[in-house]
Amino acid sequence: MHEMSIAESVLGIVEETARREGFTRVKEVRLEIGRLAAVEIEALRFCFDAVVRGSLAEGAALAIDETPGTAWCFGCSRSVPVEARGDLCPACGGARLQVNGGTEMRVKDLLGT
Amino acid sequence: MCTTCGCGTDQVTIDGHGHHHHHDHDHGHGHDHGHHHHHHGEGPSHSHAASTPADRAVAVEQAILAKNDAEANANRRLFTAKGIFALNLVSSPGSGKTTLLVETIKRLAGDLPITVIEGDQQTSNDADRIRATGARAVQVNTGKGCHLDAHMVGHALEALAPREDSIVMIENVGNLVCPSAFDLGEAHKVVVLSVTEGEDKPLKYPDMFAAADLMLLNKCDLLPHLAFDAALCEANARRVNPAIEVLRVSATTGEGLDKWIDWVRGGAREARGRRIRGTVGVGCGAVCTCAESGKP
Repeated sequence: MHEMSIAESVLGIVEETARREGFTRVKEVRLEIGRLAAVEIEALRFCFDAVVRGSLAEGAALAIDETPGTAWCFGCSRSVPVEARGDLCPACGGARLQVNGGTEMRVKDLLGT
Repeated sequence: MCTTCGCGTDQVTIDGHGHHHHHDHDHGHGHDHGHHHHHHGEGPSHSHAASTPADRAVAVEQAILAKNDAEANANRRLFTAKGIFALNLVSSPGSGKTTLLVETIKRLAGDLPITVIEGDQQTSNDADRIRATGARAVQVNTGKGCHLDAHMVGHALEALAPREDSIVMIENVGNLVCPSAFDLGEAHKVVVLSVTEGEDKPLKYPDMFAAADLMLLNKCDLLPHLAFDAALCEANARRVNPAIEVLRVSATTGEGLDKWIDWVRGGAREARGRRIRGTVGVGCGAVCTCAESGKP
């Protein structure tokens, strides 16, 4: 359930940004979460709603852009799409893959007033 | 939550003491750094909120765990400056991490000093077991928390004050999921998997095996009694992490522990060498690395 820590970190970034921008309310927060970032999106939404209660982001919409997973296939010598770690290469069926994309966890932007 | 230092829960205790800060939580640290972000005139592209003309969208573009990573880097700077080899031991509960640590300490006794940070939700049982060997240990109780973070480790290091050219072992909360995401400043994550668990664990919990540099396959003395396929387990670990090293050990019988001890000694030698070459300066020596104030 590390989604709670992640939600708390998001709120920290939102509050810091809001203070800098002079916002009194934050209406929407947009995140980028990679498919291979080990984040359960529904759990994160649940935790986000819980941690923003009583803050200036209470009730804020949470938009999440999911970025696809990619891995370098040592067999094909190129990047291939993967759904999960441990997947076989969709092109050659090989098992020697090194994840090289889809682990992002970022706060992209927010909408405030 | 304290947004300056990120100390989130009142439930965290270090050796039974509440984790209280010496700074008050009004934080007048002057967070206004004078740089303003770009103001876009329009809302985010996937805006779902009802927006009014007074609303403004601002680009943030910040890594969610940036604060943890900054504190982990502060821990790492401390380790580097003092020539300390720090390992983060991760596994599911019951894999034998504490027994392995006890045996490791015994084998290095009088040779390489080791201190231990023990993470558990509750009890000081593990720290007590470590202290029984004569080594110093600090118990961090995370309360409801499912993992150690770099901030907790920073404070534990304050209490532990590890010696120059020593080893710090961090035994994380038994959990094969959450600790994978949190850098503590360690040189390596070491994942311990016991052969009583199942050879598909690396595929079921791939993030942990992807984050680790070494897998210790523990309780190998039990292999004759089990249907566990150790070669398949190693292949599964390499499937999620082609670079992972694997050592087969038994903390109970001592089988394979020599190679593990050699691995630890090698890391400690390298850490000491880096200190002697000494190119890295350490920042705020007081290990409270509260984001802004802790910067060098």
